[in-house]
Amino acid sequence: MKNSGTFNITAHGDREIVVTRVFDAPRRLVFDAYTKPELVKTWLLGPDGWSMPVCEIDLRAGGKYRYVWKNDADGSEMGMRGIYREVVAPERIVSTEVFDEAWYPGDAVDTIALVERDGKTTLTQTILYNSRDTRDAVLKSPMKTGMAASYDKLEKVLPALEREALSA
Amino acid sequence: MEPNSYVRPSPHLNATFAALADPTRRAILARLAKGEASVTDLAEPFAMSQPAISKHLKVLERAGLISRGQDAQRRPRRLEPRALRDASRWLENYRQFWEAQFGRLDALLHDLQVTESTRDKTGLKTGLKTGLKTKSKKTTR
Repeated sequence: MKNSGTFNITAHGDREIVVTRVFDAPRRLVFDAYTKPELVKTWLLGPDGWSMPVCEIDLRAGGKYRYVWKNDADGSEMGMRGIYREVVAPERIVSTEVFDEAWYPGDAVDTIALVERDGKTTLTQTILYNSRDTRDAVLKSPMKTGMAASYDKLEKVLPALEREALSA
Repeated sequence: MEPNSYVRPSPHLNATFAALADPTRRAILARLAKGEASVTDLAEPFAMSQPAISKHLKVLERAGLISRGQDAQRRPRRLEPRALRDASRWLENYRQFWEAQFGRLDALLHDLQVTESTRDKTGLKTGLKTGLKTKSKKTTR
């Protein structure tokens, strides 16, 4: 897959997931792909067999967005919504996100930053699980939640631990 | 942005990730990866009281990451690799999920550029407002 080698997902601190990716396109197009519903619907679909029947975007600070995905086989739906906190075309979007059936309390904050160089665009997407509720819930009740504070170095730690465990 | 039940961790996985979030608990797991160990053994390198270590062990045990061995006297703890495997599988799914999205985005961006260059060649760029042009605007709350 083109550019798939540029994809990276890492943990940052205790509360963030950072996804980076390079695209062979100027950033105004990447920005459009993230903010124009008719374009978003063509790629942000989830796994095979899902479509995105609802994509409403009011692209301004304080504006809302609403996404609904549908499993074409069984008709089940999954939705999320949020509010834009900051919109700086074509370089930066900050929004909140919460799933209809959220598995963590509070909103997550999603920051998309686009940097263009030589006609290529580097996307950095940071998802910050940042509410005090989330943090406290994680601390008090690890059985119920736990995603928020969970990613630090996991990507490197897990495979190594697993290998050791299996060879032990 | 992951409309998908397999990228959504199960309650069990949440417990696993919560347990793994703590550096001391990860260090305990790294130690147990080398072989089973008693609570006393585990407490030694951490400059921690035995009750403090026991608390961490309890969290790990509830998350299914460790279990207790047969020896009733020592009650050695040992690693349960399956819970770890589930957790790393989840992260791998998360990666695959995003790579699939971005693969489609690559295709879209390619199409958009082809459309633009065709438009440029035919001199229609200024005439066509297809909704693909980015408006320059800046709003901050």
